[in-house]
Amino acid sequence: MAQIFPKSANALAQASIIVAGALAATAGGALYWLQRSPYVTRQHETREQPVPFSHQHHVGGIGVDCRYCHTAVEKSAKAGIPPTKTCMNCHAQIWNDSPTLEPVRQSFRDGKSIAWTKVNDLPDFAYFNHSAHVNKGMGCSTCHGRIDLQPLAWQEHSLQMEWCLECHRNPEKFVRPQDQVFNVAWQAPANQIEVGKELVKKYGLKPRTSCSTCHR
Amino acid sequence: MSARRRNLLAGLVAVVALGAGCRQDMHDQPRLKAQARSEFWRDDRAGRPLVEGTIPRGHLREDEFLYTGRQYGQFVNAFPFVIDQKRMERGRDRYNIYCAPCHGATGAGNGMVVQRGYRAAGNFHQDRLRNERLGYFYDVIANGFGAMPDYAAQIGVEDRWAIVAYIRALQLSQHARLEDVPAARRAEAEKALSGAAPAAAGAAH
Repeated sequence: MAQIFPKSANALAQASIIVAGALAATAGGALYWLQRSPYVTRQHETREQPVPFSHQHHVGGIGVDCRYCHTAVEKSAKAGIPPTKTCMNCHAQIWNDSPTLEPVRQSFRDGKSIAWTKVNDLPDFAYFNHSAHVNKGMGCSTCHGRIDLQPLAWQEHSLQMEWCLECHRNPEKFVRPQDQVFNVAWQAPANQIEVGKELVKKYGLKPRTSCSTCHR
Repeated sequence: MSARRRNLLAGLVAVVALGAGCRQDMHDQPRLKAQARSEFWRDDRAGRPLVEGTIPRGHLREDEFLYTGRQYGQFVNAFPFVIDQKRMERGRDRYNIYCAPCHGATGAGNGMVVQRGYRAAGNFHQDRLRNERLGYFYDVIANGFGAMPDYAAQIGVEDRWAIVAYIRALQLSQHARLEDVPAARRAEAEKALSGAAPAAAGAAH
């Protein structure tokens, strides 16, 4: 009886096993990479806003403290988006005929909220508390980046769970002196780990990594 | 494709689609979140305004001194609580956050916002304000004055008093004489004054 397959079919069969393995690994790698890519996480992506509010101008240029607007950050889970009244504290007189700021004046006149777009949008199943962090030596810029250099705010980090855990497992890498928390230009010193370990002890940091810490 | 296979495939697609749907629901749950949009109410806000006149239990503002800076209709010239180092530091922090943008770090009324075109802010070192009663400053923070808006929503009652204490400290710092420095540290002050280091800037942070 004649052979159905030629001899080269052996090589082909062996090669196909290898190719299939390689394809599966590549697909896995691509998924791994895609899941962490800015395409999925929206990291470093600025968000369109109804008014092009510039943190670069207000924080970097004028030197306004974060807490002037985000008044609740030290005592509440949410830092708080300021009411339009806070904008009008200055803009009743400054740039008060700018067409760009018309939505702000409109909101102030009719009492309707400005519909800002949330930039750092954690999934609803993750609990986060600003006050717990800023009162324990975690600086604004650790998560939000150099906000004083962002014309339109972007999301600085991936906000993925591994990103949260990176700090919860190694707080000494990121903790800073309490009086530097709102200094957005703060840079970690060369001996950060050393200083960080001291601060972790001083502030009694015990960041937990159990599921229910954040998924409550 | 057999009917059975087709059903299996359809089932698989449905499971994947449902899974993706669940994921979105978990990410964006329909509950109301702070400061979020809600189509349920006419003003699109999830947060509901309090009914006018609502007073939380234990928050009736009966203490006229503490909440208005007045007693019997007159501005007080005292504090409703002891001003210690901690309060003073709190006042300095809050002053630098909320007041310094206009009044400047030393209280001369030339802050960044004024430099950018806002009407000149009050200079705390003029005689009228140096001699003003403490309750007056509290009142201006709470209710505004002239071009200055009120800061009632941004600064809590106790913080307002802490800021008043710090303003008084700034006023003292800009009008201090050498005799005001404790004898033990006078040499230090003299050295600073004779040197290039501006003593006033140091005293006012």
